[in-house]
Amino acid sequence: MDPTIAAILSLDGVTNGAVYALLGIAIVLVFTVTRVIFIPQGEFVAFGALTLAMLQAGRVPGTVWLLLFMAAAVAVNDTVAALRTRRHARQVALEAARTLGLPVIVSAAAIVLAPARPPMLLQAALTLALVTPMGPLVYRLAYRSLADASVLVLLIVSVGVHFALTGLGLLFFGAEGFRNPSFWDERFTLGPLSLTGQTLIIFAASLALLATLFVFFDRTLVGKALRATAVNRTGARLVGISTDGAGTLSFTMAAFIGAASGLLIGPSTTMFYDSGFLIGLKGFVAAVFAGLTSFSLALAGALGVGLIESFGSFWASAFKEVIVFTAILPVLLARSFVDRHPEEH
Amino acid sequence: MKRSFVLCAAAAALLSAGVRAELTVGVVVPLTGPASGLGIPMSNGAKMWPATVGGEKVKLVILDDATDPTRGVQNARRLVNEDKVDVLIGSGATPVAIAIADVASETRTAQLSLSPAPLPPGKDTWTFRMPQSNGVMANAMVAHMQKQGVKSVGFIGYTDAYGESWLQELTPRLEKAGIKLVGSERFARTDTSVTAQALKLATANPDAMVIVASGSGAAMPQLALIERGYKGKFYQTHAAATRDLMRVGGKAMEGTFVTSGPVVVAEQLPDNHPSKALGVKFNQAYEQAHGAGLRNQFAAHSYDAYLLLDKTVPVALKKAKPGTAEFRAALRDAIESTHGLAVTHGVYDFSASDHWGFTPDTGVVMKVVNGDWQLEKK
Repeated sequence: MDPTIAAILSLDGVTNGAVYALLGIAIVLVFTVTRVIFIPQGEFVAFGALTLAMLQAGRVPGTVWLLLFMAAAVAVNDTVAALRTRRHARQVALEAARTLGLPVIVSAAAIVLAPARPPMLLQAALTLALVTPMGPLVYRLAYRSLADASVLVLLIVSVGVHFALTGLGLLFFGAEGFRNPSFWDERFTLGPLSLTGQTLIIFAASLALLATLFVFFDRTLVGKALRATAVNRTGARLVGISTDGAGTLSFTMAAFIGAASGLLIGPSTTMFYDSGFLIGLKGFVAAVFAGLTSFSLALAGALGVGLIESFGSFWASAFKEVIVFTAILPVLLARSFVDRHPEEH
Repeated sequence: MKRSFVLCAAAAALLSAGVRAELTVGVVVPLTGPASGLGIPMSNGAKMWPATVGGEKVKLVILDDATDPTRGVQNARRLVNEDKVDVLIGSGATPVAIAIADVASETRTAQLSLSPAPLPPGKDTWTFRMPQSNGVMANAMVAHMQKQGVKSVGFIGYTDAYGESWLQELTPRLEKAGIKLVGSERFARTDTSVTAQALKLATANPDAMVIVASGSGAAMPQLALIERGYKGKFYQTHAAATRDLMRVGGKAMEGTFVTSGPVVVAEQLPDNHPSKALGVKFNQAYEQAHGAGLRNQFAAHSYDAYLLLDKTVPVALKKAKPGTAEFRAALRDAIESTHGLAVTHGVYDFSASDHWGFTPDTGVVMKVVNGDWQLEKK
C-alpha cells in the first residue's frame, strides 16, 4: 500500500460514508423522536434510485400506485375513526382531502410526465415528491396506533414493514438491477485522485443536507420541538408539542433523506430492489456507534464504516462484510460500560 | 374405540393405495431474493412445458425459495410429503440446490438441479444437474484465452458458492494452460462499491479479467475496473449472459467475452449442431411470450428438464405408476442411463458415475458486439 492507493481508498470510503451518514442520521432522528428502530430506511434508498430508473425508461414507476394505495388506506382509516366518534362530516371530508391531496397530485404528474421523459432534474424532483410522502403514510399506517408500545414491539413492526416494502419493490421494479445515469459527467484529476462529478455531487448534497439538519435542530422552533420530543415525550406533550406531529415530521424527513440518498448513489452502483437493506444496515451501524442518540457521533460512525469497508475490501475482500459488522462489537461493549441506561419514556 | 381404529386403518390404506394417473413435478426456484433474476426466467421456462410429459398428464407445482436454503428445504419437503411429487426440479441458486440435494437423497426422489451445484462424491446419487458444470464452462473460457494469447488473469467473483466454485474450477485449468492467476478478489451483489478490489487488480494489470457474477450485478466490477484505467480483456460467466449486462453496463461492455450454453446464440450455431433446431424453436417461443431479446439460458434449463423427463418418464412407466416410490426409483435409473439426448443447451450424457450431464465441450464463448451476442469460433 502506497499513499496513492490509500488516498483513492479513503476517497471511496468517505464517499460511501457520506451516504451512510445521511441514513444513520435519519435512523437516529426517527428513533429519538418515536422510539422506532426504522429498519425500512434502506428501502426508501432503493425506491428513490429505482423510481428514477423507471422514469428514465419512460415508464410509470410502481411507487405511484403504492403511494396512492397508502394514501387511500390512511384516508379510509381516518374516516372510519372519525365517523365512530361522530365528528362533523365536513371536517372529516376536509381531513381526507388533506391526506389524499398531495399524493394524488404528485401521482397524476408522474403518470402524465413519465412517458414524455422530462429533463433529469425534473425526474429527480418527481422521484423525491413520490417517495417522501410515503414516510408519513408508513408512520400512520404501521406505527401511530402503537406509539406507546415498547421498543421491541415497534422493532417487530419495523421488520414487517421492511419485508412488505422489499416484496413490493420486487413487484414494482423486477429482479434485475438498474444503474442511473450520472447527474454530472465531468471528471477532475487531483494529484493521483480522479474525482467524478457524481462524487462531488454526493459530497456537496450530503454536506448541504447535514448542515440544513444541524441548523434545523439548533435554530428553528420545529426542530427544537423535535428535539424536545426526543428528550422526553411526556414532557414535550405537557408543554404543548404534538408528539404525533413530531412523529409524522420525523418520518417525512427520513423518507426524504432516504430517497435523496438513493438518487445520490444510483449512478455509482447497480441498485436492486433489495439493495436498500444492506445500505440501511450500514447506516444503522453508524447510528449504533452513536448509541442511537447523537447526530454528530452518527456522522463520525458513518465515515468510520465507509473507511473500514473500503480498506477492508482492499486487504480481504472476501471478509469485508465480516469486518464491517464485527467492528460494531467493541463499540457495543464500550457503550454497555459507559452508558447509563435511562428508563424508557 | 376398536371401530374408530378400523376406520382409521381403512382410510390410511385407501390413501396410500390412491395412485394418481398423472405425473406430479415439484419446482423450487428463487422467485424473490438475490437470485430472483435467475429464478423468474426458470419459472417462465417451466410454465412453457406442454400439458403432457412422456404421454403422461403433468401437474407442475412451482414454489418460491427466496434464495434461502432453509426455505428451499422446507418447500422441497412439502412437495415430497404433501404433494407426493415424482421428481424435484431446482433450485436455481447453487446454495439452495445443495441444501435440497439432502432432501432428495433422504426421500429418494430424483432432483434435477437448475444450477451447477457441486456435491461431494456419493452425495449426488439422486441429484442431476441441468446446466453445464462451471468446469465445462471454464474449459471453453480457458481454451478461448489460449487462442487470444492471454498470459495472466485477474479474478473477481461473488462471495458465495458460485464464485467459489468457479475459482476452484478455473485455477487448475489455468495452471495447466500456463496462464498465471495474479489475484483473486471477492464482492457481494449488494455492495455499493468495488473500487478497492478493482484498484488491487488493476495495479497487477493482467492480460484479462474474469468476472464471476450474475445478471446486471456483473456489470459493476467491469465498470469499476475500466474506471481504474484497466484496458485488457474481460471474461464474464454464463450467469451474466443476459441482456441486463448490456442494459446496465452500456457501451463499456462492448468486446466482453461471455461463456454460455449454446442456446443463447442458437441461430448462429452451425447447422449440424444438435441443439440448433431445439434452441431456435425455444427462443422463438420464449421471446414471443415474454418480449424480444429476453432469451436467456436459465429459462432453457427448465425446458431441458422437460426434454429429459419426456424421454425418461415412458421408460419408468414400464416399471411402476407415478406417485409411488418404485416409480421415483425407476425414473432415477432412467435418467442415469440417458445417453446422447439433444436438448437446447447441448447433449446430455448421464452415467452412474457422472450426474453432470453435458459433454466437456458444450460451453461456447460469445462476444458482446453492438449490444448483442456474437458467437466466437471454437
